Amino acid sequence: MALLQISEPGQSTAPHQHRFAAGIDLGTTNSLVATVRSGVANVLQDQDGEAIFPSVVRYDKHGVVAIGKAAREQAAEDPYNTISSVKRLIGLSAEDIAESAAGMMYKLEKNDSSVPRISTAAGPKTAIEVSADILRALRERAELSLGGELTGVVVTVPAYFDDTQRQATKDAARLAGLNVYRLVNEPTAAAIAYGLDQAEMDATIAVYDLGGGTFDISILKLERGVFEVLSTAGDTALGGDDIDQAVVDWIISQQGIDVGNDAGLQRSLLDQARSVKHQLSSADSAQFELQHGDTSISASVSVDTFNELLSGLLERTLKSCRSALRQAKLKKNQIDNVVMVGGSTRVPAVRAAVSAFFEKEVLTDINPDEVVAIGASLQADVLAGNKPDSDMLLLDVIPLSLGIETHGGLVEQIISRNTTIPAARAQEFTTYKDGQTAMALHVVQGERDLVRDCRSLGRFELRGFNPVVAGQARIQVTFQVDADGLLTVSALEKASNVHAEVQIKPSYGLLDSEIESMIRDSMTNAEQDVAARMLQEQRVEAERAVEALDAAMAKDADQFLDQSEKQKILDARASVLESNDTGDSEAIKKALRGLEKVSEIYVSRRMNASIGEAMKGKNIDSYAKQDNPS
Amino acid sequence: MAITLTDAAADRVKTFMDNRGKGVGLRLAVRTTGCSGMAYVLEFADELDEGDVVFEDNDVTVIIDPKSLVYLDGTELDFGKEGLNEGFKFKNPNVKDECGCGESFTV
Repeated sequence: MALLQISEPGQSTAPHQHRFAAGIDLGTTNSLVATVRSGVANVLQDQDGEAIFPSVVRYDKHGVVAIGKAAREQAAEDPYNTISSVKRLIGLSAEDIAESAAGMMYKLEKNDSSVPRISTAAGPKTAIEVSADILRALRERAELSLGGELTGVVVTVPAYFDDTQRQATKDAARLAGLNVYRLVNEPTAAAIAYGLDQAEMDATIAVYDLGGGTFDISILKLERGVFEVLSTAGDTALGGDDIDQAVVDWIISQQGIDVGNDAGLQRSLLDQARSVKHQLSSADSAQFELQHGDTSISASVSVDTFNELLSGLLERTLKSCRSALRQAKLKKNQIDNVVMVGGSTRVPAVRAAVSAFFEKEVLTDINPDEVVAIGASLQADVLAGNKPDSDMLLLDVIPLSLGIETHGGLVEQIISRNTTIPAARAQEFTTYKDGQTAMALHVVQGERDLVRDCRSLGRFELRGFNPVVAGQARIQVTFQVDADGLLTVSALEKASNVHAEVQIKPSYGLLDSEIESMIRDSMTNAEQDVAARMLQEQRVEAERAVEALDAAMAKDADQFLDQSEKQKILDARASVLESNDTGDSEAIKKALRGLEKVSEIYVSRRMNASIGEAMKGKNIDSYAKQDNPS
Repeated sequence: MAITLTDAAADRVKTFMDNRGKGVGLRLAVRTTGCSGMAYVLEFADELDEGDVVFEDNDVTVIIDPKSLVYLDGTELDFGKEGLNEGFKFKNPNVKDECGCGESFTV
């Protein structure tokens, strides 16, 4: 008998069509997976009731021999084949890694490939492959817990991750057989877990994340349900591990131990320090007990000693907080909420210091180890379509530019790619022909200059505005993308107040790969696009000129021109039309210049005549009055 | 005519309803889809529809439309675990046959 969950009204799925979604916090030290069941977000536990999954993989010649907790326990016996903190390496080059502390711990393969590989008993492994092994284990846990395959996941990444690191994380997830709905910034996920995204009011949020191996402070701005990262600061080599190391260093100096090159002893010391740290969160003192080879330690650590060991480290985190505030151009009292993330924020001294710094109660209700995964699972649940549409929230940017077709099949970009949504931009357009009373608007998406190379999203018409001379009408076109990613394009002709609009879903049906290739095309075809744009612009210009000339000549050519003048103009007009078919923008330009030259006399005669007409029967004074509107 | 909940199911439903913070009860229904005739529907209810039958059992308000009640009368809703998986089970005396997974059934 299948086990069912309670759905939101009207959101029940057909049998075997469940949309199982999960949020994954892929951490440096520990990872977690969470899901929403019957409306409640919870982290998923293993058979032993453990939610935390150490991000550690041990390899032997057959591949993965231990993962998670088991691998961490075996790290001391097999340090070189047991890979931890692989997140520090993901997306980095061999040079970057060689310089990093994490890189020192493992043997790196020497080869020509730009992707660095760690040598293990199972052969060379990239950081992406190691991450994929961790993700695969989390996927298994989620699928066993949900009773079916995952439809998709949200994976969290640090706010400061660059494109390469984000892409590498995505690749790892794909390698693990996961469909990634989206990568979400860790601080954003934490804020979502506290429901801060549901707030009616805009807010500024500080997320203090002291994890196992990294410290991050992020300042987020929530505006109309969308998070923007205002600033990030931190220390990629500061975290719970450093607290453990500080305890180890203290023990070593107290006990006079020589660790030497014994990686196993170093690991055992750290494990014991971690246990002391955990005990001191709720006790005034703890025992440090260790038996490793010839080394035997038994020492008492008081909470006062511990806090003292911590103080330098805490001051470093607060320095980062100050720097993040400075970058965001904010003062401490402008922060509305402080969210605490990471297991190390359980340490009472850490909470007290942060609370004192921001002069505010800090949010600690949700387990700080789980808060990021929980936020990610809430987001995944929404993205899987398990919530009514009204709850849909996209924390996203526009993937491809949005624009409108202008005369000659050219694209005028209105909202450029990577603009955060919601967004609204307006631009004014005008008519192309005299007496025009309608305008066709064609909405397109893409980075290319010509409409035919972009994706057509929709068309609509603005009809019934007053006829005026070409170029006189002012039509304001507004593009608006709301938080749901829904695009509304509206057009307004100001003089006659005629209005029309259309609604479009822009990214619908566009695969990531398509988006990537469209962006790539725009780069590789840049030169070609520029030439095509120039040609089109010349063609439009030529057509416009001929059209205007024809209109004028039909009216009064005989009045202002003698036969030979008229013939010259008609010849020039013919060569413009001829050049227009050649596809050579220079030729068109030249022909146009010729036409302009021979028509000069005609234009000036018409101008004089119309000015004379307008001034007939009026004296200079009446003009002076008109020139000075009250 | 009645629908009942085991203590385990009632406990969970109450927790989930509290967490959700709104709603008038738990809606049970059947839908004529699925690999073997009918499928169960289990949803939070925000409003009553015309003709809905309402039961109170174990402090939980169960809402069901009259057509579904024909197929669900006498059902006991249970909550259980199978390995890491957990969720609600329909113990429905009207069922003659189920698909392998038990998500759909015939009467």
